[in-house]
Amino acid sequence: MTTAEATFGPATEDQAVGLWRDAFRRMRRSPAAIIGGTIVIVFVLMAIFAPFLAPFDPTRGNLADSYLPPSAEHWFGTNVQGQDVFSRIVFGSRLTLGIAVLSVAIGVSIGAFFGALAGYFRGWVDSVIMRGVDIMLAIPGLLFAIVVVSFLGRGVVQIAIAIAVVNVPIFARLLRGSLLGLREADYVVAARSVGVGGPTILLKHMLPNAVGPLIVQATLALATAVVDAAALGFLGLGPPDPSTPEWGTMLSDTYRYLNQAVWLAFFPGIAIVLSVLGFNLLGDGLREALDPRLRR
Amino acid sequence: MGKFILRRLLLLIPILLGLTAIVFVLARMLPGDPASAILGERATPQGLARVREALGLDQPLWVQYWEYISGFARLDLGESFITNRNVTDDFLQRFPATIELAIAAMTFALILGIPLGLLTAKRRGTWVDQVGNVVSLVGISIPIFFLGLMLKWAFAIQFPILPDSGRIDLIEYSIPRVTNFMTIDAALAGEWGGMVDALRHLVLPGIALGTIPLAIIMRITRASVVDVLNEDYVRTAYAKGLPQSDVDSRHVLRNAMLPVVTVIGLQTGLLLGGAILTETIFGWAGVGKWIYDAVVNSDYQVIQSGVMLLALIFILVNLIVDVSYAFLNPRIRYA
Repeated sequence: MTTAEATFGPATEDQAVGLWRDAFRRMRRSPAAIIGGTIVIVFVLMAIFAPFLAPFDPTRGNLADSYLPPSAEHWFGTNVQGQDVFSRIVFGSRLTLGIAVLSVAIGVSIGAFFGALAGYFRGWVDSVIMRGVDIMLAIPGLLFAIVVVSFLGRGVVQIAIAIAVVNVPIFARLLRGSLLGLREADYVVAARSVGVGGPTILLKHMLPNAVGPLIVQATLALATAVVDAAALGFLGLGPPDPSTPEWGTMLSDTYRYLNQAVWLAFFPGIAIVLSVLGFNLLGDGLREALDPRLRR
Repeated sequence: MGKFILRRLLLLIPILLGLTAIVFVLARMLPGDPASAILGERATPQGLARVREALGLDQPLWVQYWEYISGFARLDLGESFITNRNVTDDFLQRFPATIELAIAAMTFALILGIPLGLLTAKRRGTWVDQVGNVVSLVGISIPIFFLGLMLKWAFAIQFPILPDSGRIDLIEYSIPRVTNFMTIDAALAGEWGGMVDALRHLVLPGIALGTIPLAIIMRITRASVVDVLNEDYVRTAYAKGLPQSDVDSRHVLRNAMLPVVTVIGLQTGLLLGGAILTETIFGWAGVGKWIYDAVVNSDYQVIQSGVMLLALIFILVNLIVDVSYAFLNPRIRYA
């Protein structure tokens, strides 16, 4: 047993490193991945260094300054309460992106766990899990999120769970599919035939080779999660304290004053579009870099 | 085929049972007593008792669940605690407005998406393809509510050439409601001006709701056409001297449309979710606005029942798409 692992372990290790290095090289040549990656990094830095970037306190406003159009002092104008829109967008990136990351993390963990169970054990475990997946996929995503938030409450964690619930079945199905496809792969059959144990095969040989599509899907899911988080905010299901800056919440109600203060809708909307575009471009670039079939 | 449809229908039963269970459990997770959560600060002891009795909260849980699913099976979904109106009646009255909007969105998406997908596939690798790729990426990345707000600002406020909300000009036209499809009702009443007005009201919300499906259909059509263009029979068709347009319509598009049909089915979920946002922005009196109002008013009965009805429709549409897919593609045999 130990000899078998000694023979197979390093071989796959080498291949795994090679695959990732190769993928990274190809990603650097893909303009989509570079543009997307840059946009994502800019937004992440914005979230981290928000207190240094924002010229004003995002929660403090002066009613005398309400509805100021964009100017040298207030780059993106001010809102009803006289709060600086630019500062609110900078700070809003923390909550909107934070919810998106948290929800995808929850979705991937739970989804991948059940997907691995289904793909590895097959049989009745697979049937039960896949019927559960069917049920969850039967409710349109945003609708499901709305129901979950309106019943569980509007905290950040509840919102992240609501969006994660939509992702769980997608990741479960994806990983299960990859694992089923890998069961008959030559190196898996070889490992099995020399007596490598089941859990070792799953963790060391199958999962590393199934993780690529998962990463791609997770990146694309971040794009959807940003839109869903903002949509919940827009519908008034965002964080309960309205002074908390969140991109979607900033857009809600703006349709009432579009004719007098269009910047209130425009700038937060552009922030959402750019970040979503960034995740989508990065996801597409990653897909091309990680999918061996697209290799040139 | 009959067997296939029957089996798919039987598979719906466990899915619907699972759905009712999830919604039932969620509804019981409301913090505190559901009755006081429903009535809020206006609660009186009599009111609380009435709501508890109406909800059957004095019964054991399994009785409550049984009441709930047997009600659902009869499509009797109770009454709104805010408006006291029958939930199923309200849904049926509003649903045509949402279908009308969804049809407008899908028409927009298909009319532009399929030709653009075909064009970018045939010019793949050129600047046309790259521009198309950027357009579809941006289309996928724009949230419906932002696009809706910007369309409304541009075409109803800055350049007021289209109406900004509602389904028809209610001051100008009074149309008797027959089908609740505004365009059809106007036509039935012989109000041609009203029908044109109803169509004009569909333009902005239709574009807002149809842009994501447009981008997706464009991408799928492109990918699918690229696959078909590499097929031997397409080369043969060109080789035997068929004109371009004949090859496109008879050999390329017909074979490339199968994946597109599936995607159209999957879009239904997006359209139903997106309808909530679109209808809110454009004051469209459909199911989406109804659910939004229920969320705002914490009308839990409407939320839980409305979502079940929409999920049911989503499941049925996907069933129809699966069946039509099998019907369209003779290469697929369902056991």
